[in-house]
Amino acid sequence: MEVSFALTGKDYVIVAADTTAARSIVKMKTDQDKIKILSPHLLMAYSGEPGDTLQFAEYVERNIRLYQIRNLYALSPSAAASWIRRSLAESLRSRNSYAVNLLVGGFDTTTQEPHLYWIDYLGTMTEIPFGAHGYGSYFALSLLDRYHDPDASLEEGLATLKRCIDEVSKRLVVSPDRYKVKVVDKDGVREVEL
Amino acid sequence: MEYNGGSVVAMVGKDCVAIACDLRLGNQALGVSSNFPKIFPITDRIYLGMSGLATDLETLRERFRFRVNMYTIKEEREIEPQTFAHLVSSTLYEHRFGPYFIEPVIAGLSKTPSGDLKPFIAAADLIGCLNFAKDFVVSGTASAKIYGLAEALWEPDLEPEDLFETISQTLMNAVDRDAFSGWGCLVHVLTKDKVITRTLKSRMD
Repeated sequence: MEVSFALTGKDYVIVAADTTAARSIVKMKTDQDKIKILSPHLLMAYSGEPGDTLQFAEYVERNIRLYQIRNLYALSPSAAASWIRRSLAESLRSRNSYAVNLLVGGFDTTTQEPHLYWIDYLGTMTEIPFGAHGYGSYFALSLLDRYHDPDASLEEGLATLKRCIDEVSKRLVVSPDRYKVKVVDKDGVREVEL
Repeated sequence: MEYNGGSVVAMVGKDCVAIACDLRLGNQALGVSSNFPKIFPITDRIYLGMSGLATDLETLRERFRFRVNMYTIKEEREIEPQTFAHLVSSTLYEHRFGPYFIEPVIAGLSKTPSGDLKPFIAAADLIGCLNFAKDFVVSGTASAKIYGLAEALWEPDLEPEDLFETISQTLMNAVDRDAFSGWGCLVHVLTKDKVITRTLKSRMD
């Protein structure tokens, strides 16, 4: 069962996703990276229908890259998120739509502000201070309501994330055991170990 | 219409109109965002509120922005509320057999031939059937409850501040009885010379 979280803090966004690739009741893989780096300051965690997820994520990745090559600058997080939302909304009313849920986190280098967007497969988008997709959201959101601090340092943010992961491990029947965590801030994107 | 939740209401006052919405975005019963406004300015004198499926809300917002811009360029003047209401209606009816799941509410001040401004409100269903009311219009998951409160609280010719109080109390008390709406409110009051915008704090359950 797929789980992904993201939260903002003081000048950073943390995005985390489990690493299991499951089919039916079988775990096929436990080291899959479900967070794409779209640009030097943009991250996207994806989950949903297997096949659609990777196909759509790569489509987004290449198009964002194409924009960068053509215009010599990267799309801002809000512009990128709007483009991704529109792609999903157009796909929804097509013959076969992508069933992909996303968390798009980025650092806007023009305003020096972190942004996080929650997008679902229908093309619903909203900017949020923290969010989650999958069964993890039922456990993590209430926890984040209590513990999230928009001015927290990276260490505090990671501690809050750890709380979410621990809660899911404790209460979810089939919880994932490994997560990949990526951070985006003014220095760009990097992976962190919990 | 109950997938994301949310409600909008508009009311007429004396030489002013008010439009208000809640701020919740949900995924069925799970609350996702507590800062999701459903009202957007179209021109300085027209505000559009939408409730229903959040993805269509954003899509229609982009569509209306495009169509209003095209109108402004072609006509070399700003669109009137009545005209905009018909634009909304025909945009929705274009998708008669595969509709956008949105019930729009329009509030504006329209120009009379003599040059002064007259309050205007309208609402439509998801396929664009317009309802021009003289008192108030509602839409969204708490619409039945808003009707009840609006019927009790609204009276003709309210001044801007009294209209603000009326629409705020109507919406807030209605959404508190609705599980799919709430989490704060946003109110705009359009008067001749200014727009008063206020966010309301409400119950967060």
